[in-house]
Amino acid sequence: MSLPTRHFDALIIGAGGAGLNAALQLASADLRVAVVSKVFPTRSHTVAAQGGVNAALANVLPDSWHWHMFDTVKGSDYLGDQDAIEFMCREAIPTVYELEHAGVPFSRLDDGKIYQRAFGGQSQNFGGDQAARTCAAADRTGHAILHTLYQQNIRARTHFFDEFFALDLVRDAEGVVCGALVLEIETGEPLLIESKATLLATGGCGQVFRTTSNAHINTGDGMAMALRAGVPLMDMEFFQFHPTGIAGKGMLITEGTRGEGGYLINKDGERFMERYAPRAKDLASRDVVSRAIVTEVKEGRGCGEHGDHVMLKLDHLGESVISKRLPGIRESSKIFAGVDPVVEPIPVFPTAHYAMGGIPTDRFGRVAMPAGQGSEEVVAGLYAAGECACASVHGANRLGGNSLLDILVFGRLAGKDIIDFVRENPYQRTADSASLDQAMGRLTRWDKQDDGVPVAQMRADFRKCMEDHAGVFRTEEVMQEGFERLCELRERLPEVRLSDHSKVFNTARIEALELENMMDVGFAIATSALHRQESRGAHSRPDYPDRDDQAWLKHSLYSKDGDRMDYKPVRTKPLTVESFPPKERVY
Amino acid sequence: MEQSSQDAASELRRLRWQCRRGMLELDHLLDRFLDLGYADLDEGRRETFLRLLGEQDQRLSDWFMSRAPASDEALQDLVDHILDVVRAPAPGG
Ligand SMILES: Cc1cc2nc3c(=O)[nH]c(=O)nc-3n(C[C@H](O)[C@H](O)[C@H](O)COP(=O)(O)OP(=O)(O)OC[C@H]3O[C@@H](n4cnc5c(N)ncnc54)[C@H](O)[C@@H]3O)c2cc1C
Repeated sequence: MSLPTRHFDALIIGAGGAGLNAALQLASADLRVAVVSKVFPTRSHTVAAQGGVNAALANVLPDSWHWHMFDTVKGSDYLGDQDAIEFMCREAIPTVYELEHAGVPFSRLDDGKIYQRAFGGQSQNFGGDQAARTCAAADRTGHAILHTLYQQNIRARTHFFDEFFALDLVRDAEGVVCGALVLEIETGEPLLIESKATLLATGGCGQVFRTTSNAHINTGDGMAMALRAGVPLMDMEFFQFHPTGIAGKGMLITEGTRGEGGYLINKDGERFMERYAPRAKDLASRDVVSRAIVTEVKEGRGCGEHGDHVMLKLDHLGESVISKRLPGIRESSKIFAGVDPVVEPIPVFPTAHYAMGGIPTDRFGRVAMPAGQGSEEVVAGLYAAGECACASVHGANRLGGNSLLDILVFGRLAGKDIIDFVRENPYQRTADSASLDQAMGRLTRWDKQDDGVPVAQMRADFRKCMEDHAGVFRTEEVMQEGFERLCELRERLPEVRLSDHSKVFNTARIEALELENMMDVGFAIATSALHRQESRGAHSRPDYPDRDDQAWLKHSLYSKDGDRMDYKPVRTKPLTVESFPPKERVY
Repeated sequence: MEQSSQDAASELRRLRWQCRRGMLELDHLLDRFLDLGYADLDEGRRETFLRLLGEQDQRLSDWFMSRAPASDEALQDLVDHILDVVRAPAPGG
């Protein structure tokens, strides 16, 4: 097959914070780097991160990276790898200063230092008083970071393929990943990009659930590409539901509302978080608050006609606090929920927000796979960073403000490691024809023109099934039923047809390709969740209500082939300090 | 005729992709507006819609959430119109 082909030292799939920070390292080192993004880079989901990025700068209250590390390990419910977490928390401080120097306009204190806000799960002194660790550029931190990185990449001559959709990784005759087959969305034509190293930085997959805070682009494409390339996904059962999404819609009402003094009430007007987390109350970590809300609803104390949500009360804060300190919340509630929070509470319910799991990597962004007998092997030339990856810093539950940190720290490190890799492996491998045929098959499969199930219907059925059977509360019965239902849907997938076969900007075809990706990722989530018989972090099982460190202090690895589960140990040894042994997590 | 309706269809698909944004709020507003209100726009407002889609997500978010006025009257007028078309009804209403 002869395909138009381009060659680069490095191919980066995804132009969010992770992809752009990696690309910047490479372009600055004069490597030829291509960044492929299905939407214009500054429309990547990183732009939505309004809350901020964590670093123990100690500008507002005393702080240290070691306390940040403790909070992250505890927040992870001890499933995070402590070496990676130590590394990230130490790197946080120079990372934020580097961004400041690069031009990110962080909000400041009167003395000129970066302002820091208190977020859930942050403590001083290893579990003591509330800390204030989150640095923000007003309520547009993600936007500021993404734009700064994009501008710097343009200056460094990174080559952008905007509105190109990556279909699949390709391999050479020896099976080594050597680039990807991509589709130019405007023309509908495929393009082969061969590269010496490839980084997946495709972001999250919240769209697999019906109610989500994630933008429509977050369909887990990179995760699914890894699965199809035989790489397992790690810890996929751990999906964070943000406690306060607008009920029925998913849009996020920021944690900052509770930071500023807003609180949750049930239908009796009771401030119920006092019962679930006596100390931290409404600032307890996300899984604790999400579970509390669902418990209230399940036990009949939900609000509204169907008793299917709770209320977030802000009116006591007064109009000026709401308008000044929480810009956008009032309008967002009016537009999407039809209520004005200055006079009435906002209907909220947990919304699928963040994938803790993903493509397993080491601290350098290198994709690492089990190699039998408990050992691991790095997949030569393949990297992953950002939300699609799992360097294992969030474990079973991510803390607010730690994700921007993750994408920046590990994006940069992956970039640096790729520089070394490309210097040591300077030759370009060529995609093997079998591998190309397989990737092209993803496209041609949608050319079939007979009758079949419409994409939109399959998509709706699938996302509903995920929400009902792999959401916040997970019992064996509910999940087993869900798994069977998912299998039925997967069997019907080959019958799904496109009605629009045009080439130019055929967005229906992109949605079909995304549907396949979402279903692959959905299986990873549902299967991993079904197998983990304990409650840990965001994974809550009423039938196994306790954390079980004896049996389950281990990472799960889902492989597409036969929906197989494997496990590997958690790295409990940090780089330089003592381990934090598992303790009961109370807030 | 055939050609021009094909062009219109591919233009609509192009717009659909431009409605894919980094924020769910914008996806919701723009994509729904494309379904509910775009067909009724006159030529001038269609051009304004194109200009709107060319703006940064953060600016669009500021405009839709009334944090800042749009950069000109035509854009502001369209932002208000989109909100009217897409806004959720009050609960129970
Ligand atoms: C509403 C919201 C608010 C948040 N707020 C915060 C916060 O305050 N602090 C915090 O730390 N975290 C926050 N997060 C989480 C954080 O924003 C994300 O985890 C992070 O931005 C992910 O960055 P990324 O670089 O991995 O991916 P993204 O920014 O999602 O970028 C993914 C990129 O991959 C590209 N892509 C995907 N698939 C393909 C394909 N098939 N072909 C080509 N390109 C593709 C996309 O075009 C895009 O460029 C928030 C998340 C949400 C949903």
